[in-house]
Amino acid sequence: MESRFRILFLIIALTHLSGCAATRNLFGLGRAEAPPPSAEPPGQVVDPEVERREIKEAKIDSENFELGAFAGIMSIEDFGSNVVYGARLAYHVTEGFFVEGTAGTTEGDLTSFEVLSGDARLIDDDERRLTYYNLNLGYNIFPGEAFLGEGRAYNTNLYLIAGLGSTRFAGDDRFTVNFGAGFRFLLSDTVAIHIDFRDHLFDIDLLGEEKTVHNLEGHLGLTVFF
Amino acid sequence: MHTGPGRGYPIFHVVDRGETVQIVRRKTDWFKVRAPDGKEGWVAKSQMELTLEEDGTELDFEVIDIDDFTNAKWEFGVLAGDFGGANSVSLYGGYSLTPQVSFEVWGSQILGNFSNGWTGSVNVVHEAFPDWRVSPFFTLGAGVIRTEPKSTIVQGEDRTDQIGHVGAGFRIYAARRFLLRAEYKSYVVFTSRDDNEEVEEWKVGFAFFF
Repeated sequence: MESRFRILFLIIALTHLSGCAATRNLFGLGRAEAPPPSAEPPGQVVDPEVERREIKEAKIDSENFELGAFAGIMSIEDFGSNVVYGARLAYHVTEGFFVEGTAGTTEGDLTSFEVLSGDARLIDDDERRLTYYNLNLGYNIFPGEAFLGEGRAYNTNLYLIAGLGSTRFAGDDRFTVNFGAGFRFLLSDTVAIHIDFRDHLFDIDLLGEEKTVHNLEGHLGLTVFF
Repeated sequence: MHTGPGRGYPIFHVVDRGETVQIVRRKTDWFKVRAPDGKEGWVAKSQMELTLEEDGTELDFEVIDIDDFTNAKWEFGVLAGDFGGANSVSLYGGYSLTPQVSFEVWGSQILGNFSNGWTGSVNVVHEAFPDWRVSPFFTLGAGVIRTEPKSTIVQGEDRTDQIGHVGAGFRIYAARRFLLRAEYKSYVVFTSRDDNEEVEEWKVGFAFFF
Protein backbone atom coordinates (compact mmCIF):
# COMPACT_ATOMS: atom_id res chain seq x y z
CA MET A 1 0.00 0.00 0.00
CA GLU A 2 2.76 2.33 0.93
CA SER A 3 4.65 1.56 -2.28
CA ARG A 4 1.55 2.25 -4.40
CA PHE A 5 1.23 5.70 -2.79
CA ARG A 6 4.90 6.22 -3.36
CA ILE A 7 4.56 5.42 -7.11
CA LEU A 8 1.49 7.68 -7.49
CA PHE A 9 3.36 10.51 -5.77
CA LEU A 10 6.31 9.96 -8.10
CA ILE A 11 4.03 10.12 -11.17
CA ILE A 12 2.42 13.40 -10.00
CA ALA A 13 5.82 14.87 -9.22
CA LEU A 14 7.19 13.78 -12.62
CA THR A 15 4.33 15.19 -14.63
CA HIS A 16 4.37 18.49 -12.76
CA LEU A 17 8.10 18.92 -12.84
CA SER A 18 8.63 18.01 -16.47
CA GLY A 19 5.63 19.98 -17.69
CA CYS A 20 5.91 17.88 -20.75
CA ALA A 21 2.81 16.81 -22.62
CA ALA A 22 4.56 13.64 -23.71
CA THR A 23 5.14 12.61 -20.09
CA ARG A 24 1.50 13.32 -19.26
CA ASN A 25 0.32 11.32 -22.21
CA LEU A 26 2.59 8.55 -21.13
CA PHE A 27 0.61 8.20 -17.96
CA GLY A 28 -2.77 8.91 -19.54
CA LEU A 29 -3.09 12.31 -17.85
CA GLY A 30 -2.87 14.51 -20.99
CA ARG A 31 -5.96 16.24 -22.30
CA ALA A 32 -7.35 15.18 -25.61
CA GLU A 33 -6.24 18.25 -27.55
CA ALA A 34 -8.31 19.64 -30.42
CA PRO A 35 -6.47 21.56 -33.18
CA PRO A 36 -6.14 25.21 -32.03
CA PRO A 37 -9.07 27.32 -33.20
CA SER A 38 -8.13 29.82 -35.93
CA ALA A 39 -8.03 33.39 -34.67
CA GLU A 40 -8.39 34.75 -38.20
CA PRO A 41 -11.69 35.43 -39.87
CA PRO A 42 -12.62 32.93 -42.53
CA GLY A 43 -11.47 33.89 -45.98
CA GLN A 44 -8.10 35.35 -44.99
CA VAL A 45 -5.77 32.49 -45.48
CA VAL A 46 -2.47 34.30 -45.12
CA ASP A 47 -1.81 37.08 -42.66
CA PRO A 48 0.14 39.69 -44.69
CA GLU A 49 3.09 40.45 -42.46
CA VAL A 50 3.92 43.82 -44.03
CA GLU A 51 4.44 47.14 -42.40
CA ARG A 52 1.51 49.45 -42.62
CA ARG A 53 2.67 52.63 -44.23
CA GLU A 54 0.97 55.46 -45.98
CA ILE A 55 1.98 56.66 -49.38
CA LYS A 56 3.21 60.16 -48.85
CA GLU A 57 3.03 62.09 -52.04
CA ALA A 58 6.16 64.01 -51.13
CA LYS A 59 8.10 60.75 -51.19
CA ILE A 60 7.26 60.15 -54.84
CA ASP A 61 10.06 61.35 -57.04
CA SER A 62 8.31 64.07 -59.00
CA GLU A 63 10.20 65.21 -62.08
CA ASN A 64 8.58 68.24 -63.64
CA PHE A 65 11.61 70.53 -63.99
CA GLU A 66 14.06 70.28 -66.84
CA LEU A 67 17.47 71.94 -66.82
CA GLY A 68 20.10 71.82 -69.50
CA ALA A 69 22.52 73.42 -71.91
CA PHE A 70 22.61 73.76 -75.67
CA ALA A 71 24.96 74.67 -78.49
CA GLY A 72 24.35 75.34 -82.15
CA ILE A 73 24.43 77.90 -84.92
CA MET A 74 22.70 81.28 -84.88
CA SER A 75 22.44 83.67 -87.77
CA ILE A 76 22.23 87.39 -87.01
CA GLU A 77 20.66 89.17 -89.96
CA ASP A 78 23.35 91.12 -91.88
CA PHE A 79 26.02 89.91 -89.42
CA GLY A 80 26.60 86.32 -90.51
CA SER A 81 26.29 83.09 -88.57
CA ASN A 82 28.24 81.92 -85.59
CA VAL A 83 28.25 79.40 -82.79
CA VAL A 84 25.56 79.97 -80.16
CA TYR A 85 25.44 78.37 -76.74
CA GLY A 86 23.22 78.78 -73.73
CA ALA A 87 21.05 77.27 -71.02
CA ARG A 88 17.44 76.25 -70.63
CA LEU A 89 15.14 75.74 -67.64
CA ALA A 90 11.62 74.39 -68.14
CA TYR A 91 8.71 73.50 -65.89
CA HIS A 92 6.18 70.98 -67.16
CA VAL A 93 2.74 72.11 -66.02
CA THR A 94 0.73 69.33 -67.67
CA GLU A 95 1.59 66.56 -70.09
CA GLY A 96 0.94 69.10 -72.86
CA PHE A 97 2.04 72.52 -71.63
CA PHE A 98 5.34 73.71 -70.28
CA VAL A 99 6.94 77.06 -69.55
CA GLU A 100 10.54 77.64 -70.41
CA GLY A 101 13.27 80.19 -69.89
CA THR A 102 16.26 80.25 -72.22
CA ALA A 103 19.39 82.38 -72.34
CA GLY A 104 22.06 82.27 -75.01
CA THR A 105 24.95 84.12 -76.53
CA THR A 106 26.63 84.34 -79.94
CA GLU A 107 28.75 86.81 -81.87
CA GLY A 108 28.17 88.81 -85.04
CA ASP A 109 30.69 88.91 -87.89
CA LEU A 110 31.32 91.83 -90.20
CA THR A 111 28.47 92.83 -92.49
CA SER A 112 29.05 92.65 -96.26
CA PHE A 113 29.25 96.44 -96.26
CA GLU A 114 32.01 96.42 -93.65
CA VAL A 115 33.98 93.79 -95.54
CA LEU A 116 33.73 95.60 -98.88
CA SER A 117 34.39 99.09 -97.54
CA GLY A 118 37.63 98.18 -95.85
CA ASP A 119 37.99 99.98 -92.55
CA ALA A 120 34.47 101.33 -92.02
CA ARG A 121 32.79 99.84 -88.95
CA LEU A 122 29.06 100.03 -88.13
CA ILE A 123 29.52 98.96 -84.53
CA ASP A 124 32.39 98.38 -82.13
CA ASP A 125 33.78 94.90 -81.77
CA ASP A 126 32.55 94.58 -78.19
CA GLU A 127 29.01 95.39 -79.38
CA ARG A 128 29.04 92.43 -81.75
CA ARG A 129 28.34 89.98 -78.96
CA LEU A 130 24.65 89.07 -78.94
CA THR A 131 23.07 87.81 -75.74
CA TYR A 132 19.42 87.00 -75.32
CA TYR A 133 16.94 85.70 -72.81
CA ASN A 134 13.40 84.52 -73.53
CA LEU A 135 10.42 83.35 -71.51
CA ASN A 136 8.34 80.93 -73.51
CA LEU A 137 5.20 78.89 -73.39
CA GLY A 138 5.52 75.47 -75.00
CA TYR A 139 3.15 72.78 -76.10
CA ASN A 140 3.97 69.13 -76.82
CA ILE A 141 2.01 68.86 -80.02
CA PHE A 142 3.09 65.39 -81.20
CA PRO A 143 4.11 63.05 -78.38
CA GLY A 144 5.46 59.77 -79.70
CA GLU A 145 7.97 56.99 -79.62
CA ALA A 146 11.11 56.35 -81.64
CA PHE A 147 12.37 52.84 -82.24
CA LEU A 148 16.02 51.94 -82.44
CA GLY A 149 16.21 48.49 -83.93
CA GLU A 150 13.71 45.95 -82.68
CA GLY A 151 14.44 46.00 -79.00
CA ARG A 152 14.57 49.65 -77.99
CA ALA A 153 11.90 52.32 -77.80
CA TYR A 154 12.43 55.92 -76.70
CA ASN A 155 9.77 58.45 -75.88
CA THR A 156 9.85 61.62 -77.95
CA ASN A 157 7.96 64.88 -78.25
CA LEU A 158 7.62 67.38 -81.04
CA TYR A 159 6.83 70.71 -79.42
CA LEU A 160 6.10 74.28 -80.38
CA ILE A 161 7.26 77.28 -78.38
CA ALA A 162 6.57 81.01 -78.48
CA GLY A 163 7.53 83.77 -76.12
CA LEU A 164 9.00 87.14 -75.29
CA GLY A 165 12.31 88.39 -74.10
CA SER A 166 15.17 90.74 -74.66
CA THR A 167 18.24 90.69 -76.89
CA ARG A 168 21.35 92.79 -76.28
CA PHE A 169 23.10 93.53 -79.53
CA ALA A 170 24.84 96.52 -81.11
CA GLY A 171 24.77 98.52 -77.90
CA ASP A 172 21.11 98.19 -77.01
CA ASP A 173 18.61 95.89 -75.39
CA ARG A 174 15.93 94.99 -77.90
CA PHE A 175 12.47 93.64 -77.19
CA THR A 176 12.40 90.21 -78.80
CA VAL A 177 9.68 87.85 -79.88
CA ASN A 178 10.75 84.29 -80.54
CA PHE A 179 8.99 81.20 -81.76
CA GLY A 180 10.01 77.81 -83.01
CA ALA A 181 9.73 74.07 -82.86
CA GLY A 182 11.78 71.42 -81.15
CA PHE A 183 12.18 67.70 -80.85
CA ARG A 184 12.77 66.12 -77.44
CA PHE A 185 14.28 62.65 -77.44
CA LEU A 186 14.24 61.02 -74.01
CA LEU A 187 17.28 58.78 -73.58
CA SER A 188 15.86 57.74 -70.21
CA ASP A 189 13.16 59.09 -67.92
CA THR A 190 15.53 61.77 -66.70
CA VAL A 191 17.86 62.63 -69.60
CA ALA A 192 16.74 64.15 -72.91
CA ILE A 193 18.33 65.37 -76.13
CA HIS A 194 16.77 68.41 -77.80
CA ILE A 195 16.93 69.60 -81.37
CA ASP A 196 15.52 73.12 -81.67
CA PHE A 197 14.88 75.65 -84.41
CA ARG A 198 13.88 79.16 -83.43
CA ASP A 199 13.38 82.55 -84.98
CA HIS A 200 14.22 85.62 -82.89
CA LEU A 201 12.56 88.82 -84.14
CA PHE A 202 13.53 92.30 -83.03
CA ASP A 203 13.63 95.81 -84.45
CA ILE A 204 16.96 97.38 -85.32
CA ASP A 205 17.76 100.80 -86.81
CA LEU A 206 21.47 100.34 -87.31
CA LEU A 207 21.42 100.74 -91.10
CA GLY A 208 19.42 103.97 -91.15
CA GLU A 209 15.81 102.92 -91.16
CA GLU A 210 14.21 100.72 -88.57
CA LYS A 211 13.45 97.21 -89.69
CA THR A 212 12.43 93.93 -88.13
CA VAL A 213 15.15 91.32 -88.41
CA HIS A 214 14.82 87.55 -88.32
CA ASN A 215 17.61 85.76 -86.53
CA LEU A 216 17.44 82.04 -87.03
CA GLU A 217 18.89 79.65 -84.53
CA GLY A 218 19.33 75.88 -84.63
CA HIS A 219 20.78 74.05 -81.67
CA LEU A 220 21.34 70.70 -80.04
CA GLY A 221 20.76 70.46 -76.33
CA LEU A 222 21.00 68.07 -73.40
CA THR A 223 18.64 68.35 -70.43
CA VAL A 224 18.07 66.58 -67.14
CA PHE A 225 14.69 66.20 -65.44
CA PHE A 226 14.47 66.72 -61.70
CA MET B 1 0.30 50.56 -68.12
CA HIS B 2 1.18 52.87 -70.99
CA THR B 3 4.55 53.12 -72.71
CA GLY B 4 4.84 56.84 -72.06
CA PRO B 5 3.60 59.62 -69.80
CA GLY B 6 1.05 61.25 -72.07
CA ARG B 7 -1.96 60.98 -74.29
CA GLY B 8 -1.86 58.40 -77.05
CA TYR B 9 0.89 56.16 -75.72
CA PRO B 10 -0.33 52.56 -76.18
CA ILE B 11 -1.16 50.21 -73.31
CA PHE B 12 1.42 47.40 -73.32
CA HIS B 13 0.73 45.67 -70.01
CA VAL B 14 -2.13 45.17 -67.59
CA VAL B 15 -1.65 44.63 -63.86
CA ASP B 16 -4.26 42.19 -62.53
CA ARG B 17 -6.75 43.20 -59.89
CA GLY B 18 -5.35 42.41 -56.47
CA GLU B 19 -1.71 42.75 -57.44
CA THR B 20 0.51 45.41 -55.97
CA VAL B 21 2.55 47.97 -57.87
CA GLN B 22 5.45 50.12 -56.77
CA ILE B 23 5.51 53.81 -57.68
CA VAL B 24 8.86 54.72 -59.21
CA ARG B 25 8.46 58.35 -60.22
CA ARG B 26 5.97 60.95 -61.33
CA LYS B 27 5.84 63.34 -64.30
CA THR B 28 2.97 65.85 -64.27
CA ASP B 29 -0.13 63.65 -63.74
CA TRP B 30 1.47 60.37 -64.78
CA PHE B 31 3.05 57.78 -62.50
CA LYS B 32 5.71 55.31 -63.47
CA VAL B 33 4.94 52.05 -61.68
CA ARG B 34 6.70 48.71 -61.38
CA ALA B 35 4.54 45.60 -61.59
CA PRO B 36 5.33 42.43 -59.58
CA ASP B 37 6.86 40.85 -62.69
CA GLY B 38 9.28 43.75 -63.03
CA LYS B 39 7.59 45.47 -65.97
CA GLU B 40 7.59 49.24 -65.73
CA GLY B 41 5.07 51.54 -67.35
CA TRP B 42 3.14 54.78 -67.00
CA VAL B 43 -0.26 55.07 -65.36
CA ALA B 44 -2.48 58.15 -65.35
CA LYS B 45 -3.37 59.75 -62.04
CA SER B 46 -7.06 58.96 -62.58
CA GLN B 47 -6.15 55.25 -62.74
CA MET B 48 -3.86 55.43 -59.73
CA GLU B 49 -6.70 56.87 -57.69
CA LEU B 50 -8.60 53.60 -58.20
CA THR B 51 -5.90 51.61 -56.42
CA LEU B 52 -5.86 50.83 -52.70
CA GLU B 53 -3.12 51.33 -50.18
CA GLU B 54 -1.78 48.31 -48.32
CA ASP B 55 -4.18 48.88 -45.44
CA GLY B 56 -7.13 48.88 -47.83
CA THR B 57 -7.86 52.60 -47.87
CA GLU B 58 -8.21 54.46 -51.11
CA LEU B 59 -5.11 56.11 -52.47
CA ASP B 60 -5.67 59.82 -52.24
CA PHE B 61 -3.38 62.21 -54.01
CA GLU B 62 -3.09 65.81 -53.06
CA VAL B 63 -5.41 67.76 -55.28
CA ILE B 64 -4.47 71.33 -56.07
CA ASP B 65 -7.66 73.31 -56.40
CA ILE B 66 -9.11 76.74 -55.89
CA ASP B 67 -8.67 76.52 -52.10
CA ASP B 68 -4.94 76.30 -52.61
CA PHE B 69 -5.21 79.24 -54.99
CA THR B 70 -6.85 81.24 -52.19
CA ASN B 71 -4.47 80.15 -49.43
CA ALA B 72 -1.19 79.89 -51.32
CA LYS B 73 1.81 81.37 -49.54
CA TRP B 74 4.23 81.84 -52.42
CA GLU B 75 3.65 83.05 -55.94
CA PHE B 76 6.04 83.51 -58.86
CA GLY B 77 5.18 84.82 -62.29
CA VAL B 78 6.07 86.45 -65.57
CA LEU B 79 4.16 89.28 -67.24
CA ALA B 80 4.63 91.25 -70.42
CA GLY B 81 2.98 94.39 -71.68
CA ASP B 82 3.21 98.08 -72.36
CA PHE B 83 5.07 100.57 -70.17
CA GLY B 84 4.37 104.11 -71.36
CA GLY B 85 4.62 103.09 -75.01
CA ALA B 86 7.61 100.80 -74.52
CA ASN B 87 7.57 97.02 -74.20
CA SER B 88 8.07 95.58 -70.78
CA VAL B 89 8.91 92.11 -69.48
CA SER B 90 8.42 91.56 -65.75
CA LEU B 91 9.27 88.90 -63.22
CA TYR B 92 7.84 88.83 -59.70
CA GLY B 93 7.74 86.85 -56.51
CA GLY B 94 5.17 87.26 -53.76
CA TYR B 95 4.53 86.10 -50.22
CA SER B 96 1.06 86.13 -48.62
CA LEU B 97 0.73 87.13 -44.99
CA THR B 98 -3.00 86.40 -45.09
CA PRO B 99 -5.23 85.36 -48.00
CA GLN B 100 -6.02 89.06 -48.43
CA VAL B 101 -2.63 90.72 -48.03
CA SER B 102 0.63 89.86 -49.73
CA PHE B 103 3.99 91.43 -50.42
CA GLU B 104 5.58 91.28 -53.85
CA VAL B 105 8.99 92.06 -55.29
CA TRP B 106 9.06 93.02 -58.96
CA GLY B 107 11.78 93.39 -61.53
CA SER B 108 11.03 94.64 -65.05
CA GLN B 109 13.01 95.27 -68.17
CA ILE B 110 11.67 98.09 -70.33
CA LEU B 111 12.53 98.12 -74.01
CA GLY B 112 11.52 101.27 -75.86
CA ASN B 113 12.27 102.97 -79.13
CA PHE B 114 14.27 105.77 -77.56
CA SER B 115 15.44 104.36 -74.30
CA ASN B 116 15.70 101.16 -72.33
CA GLY B 117 15.56 100.64 -68.64
CA TRP B 118 14.99 98.58 -65.58
CA THR B 119 12.60 98.94 -62.70
CA GLY B 120 12.62 97.25 -59.35
CA SER B 121 9.86 97.72 -56.81
CA VAL B 122 8.28 96.43 -53.63
CA ASN B 123 4.48 96.14 -53.56
CA VAL B 124 1.70 95.56 -51.09
CA VAL B 125 -1.26 93.75 -52.68
CA HIS B 126 -4.74 93.58 -51.23
CA GLU B 127 -7.36 91.14 -52.46
CA ALA B 128 -10.89 91.82 -51.32
CA PHE B 129 -12.30 88.46 -52.43
CA PRO B 130 -9.42 85.98 -52.41
CA ASP B 131 -11.78 83.00 -52.70
CA TRP B 132 -13.17 84.10 -56.06
CA ARG B 133 -11.91 82.34 -59.17
CA VAL B 134 -11.39 85.77 -60.72
CA SER B 135 -9.98 87.69 -57.81
CA PRO B 136 -9.60 91.49 -58.11
CA PHE B 137 -6.78 93.23 -56.26
CA PHE B 138 -5.34 96.64 -55.52
CA THR B 139 -1.66 97.33 -55.21
CA LEU B 140 0.63 100.06 -53.91
CA GLY B 141 4.35 100.17 -54.30
CA ALA B 142 7.61 102.03 -54.48
CA GLY B 143 10.94 101.43 -56.15
CA VAL B 144 13.53 102.69 -58.59
CA ILE B 145 13.73 103.05 -62.35
CA ARG B 146 16.95 103.08 -64.35
CA THR B 147 16.72 104.75 -67.74
CA GLU B 148 19.33 104.27 -70.45
CA PRO B 149 18.77 106.35 -73.61
CA LYS B 150 19.53 104.44 -76.82
CA SER B 151 23.00 105.11 -78.09
CA THR B 152 22.04 105.39 -81.75
CA ILE B 153 19.41 108.11 -81.27
CA VAL B 154 19.82 110.16 -78.14
CA GLN B 155 23.03 111.20 -76.46
CA GLY B 156 21.70 111.31 -72.94
CA GLU B 157 22.95 110.26 -69.58
CA ASP B 158 21.82 107.14 -67.83
CA ARG B 159 19.85 108.02 -64.78
CA THR B 160 18.17 106.37 -61.81
CA ASP B 161 14.98 107.81 -60.31
CA GLN B 162 12.59 106.81 -57.59
CA ILE B 163 9.12 105.66 -58.54
CA GLY B 164 5.84 105.17 -56.73
CA HIS B 165 2.75 103.51 -58.11
CA VAL B 166 -0.85 102.49 -57.58
CA GLY B 167 -2.50 99.73 -59.52
CA ALA B 168 -5.32 97.26 -59.85
CA GLY B 169 -5.82 93.96 -61.60
CA PHE B 170 -7.11 90.42 -61.57
CA ARG B 171 -5.69 87.09 -60.55
CA ILE B 172 -7.50 84.32 -62.42
CA TYR B 173 -7.20 80.68 -61.33
CA ALA B 174 -6.44 78.52 -64.37
CA ALA B 175 -5.53 74.95 -63.33
CA ARG B 176 -3.31 73.08 -60.90
CA ARG B 177 -0.75 75.59 -59.61
CA PHE B 178 -1.28 77.91 -62.52
CA LEU B 179 -2.92 81.33 -62.58
CA LEU B 180 -3.31 84.14 -65.09
CA ARG B 181 -2.78 87.71 -64.07
CA ALA B 182 -3.65 91.02 -65.71
CA GLU B 183 -2.97 94.43 -64.20
CA TYR B 184 -2.74 98.15 -64.67
CA LYS B 185 -0.31 100.37 -62.78
CA SER B 186 0.04 104.12 -62.76
CA TYR B 187 3.57 105.26 -61.96
CA VAL B 188 4.95 108.56 -60.81
CA VAL B 189 8.64 108.97 -61.58
CA PHE B 190 10.26 111.42 -59.15
CA THR B 191 12.81 112.99 -61.47
CA SER B 192 15.52 115.43 -60.57
CA ARG B 193 14.01 117.86 -63.10
CA ASP B 194 11.22 120.35 -62.39
CA ASP B 195 8.31 118.07 -63.22
CA ASN B 196 7.59 114.53 -62.21
CA GLU B 197 6.73 112.11 -64.98
CA GLU B 198 3.68 109.93 -65.03
CA VAL B 199 3.72 106.56 -66.77
CA GLU B 200 0.92 104.08 -67.31
CA GLU B 201 1.59 100.37 -67.54
CA TRP B 202 -0.56 97.47 -68.72
CA LYS B 203 0.56 93.90 -68.58
CA VAL B 204 -0.68 90.31 -68.67
CA GLY B 205 1.01 87.05 -67.83
CA PHE B 206 0.94 83.88 -65.83
CA ALA B 207 2.15 82.73 -62.44
CA PHE B 208 2.51 79.67 -60.21
CA PHE B 209 1.60 79.43 -56.58
CA PHE B 210 3.01 77.11 -53.93
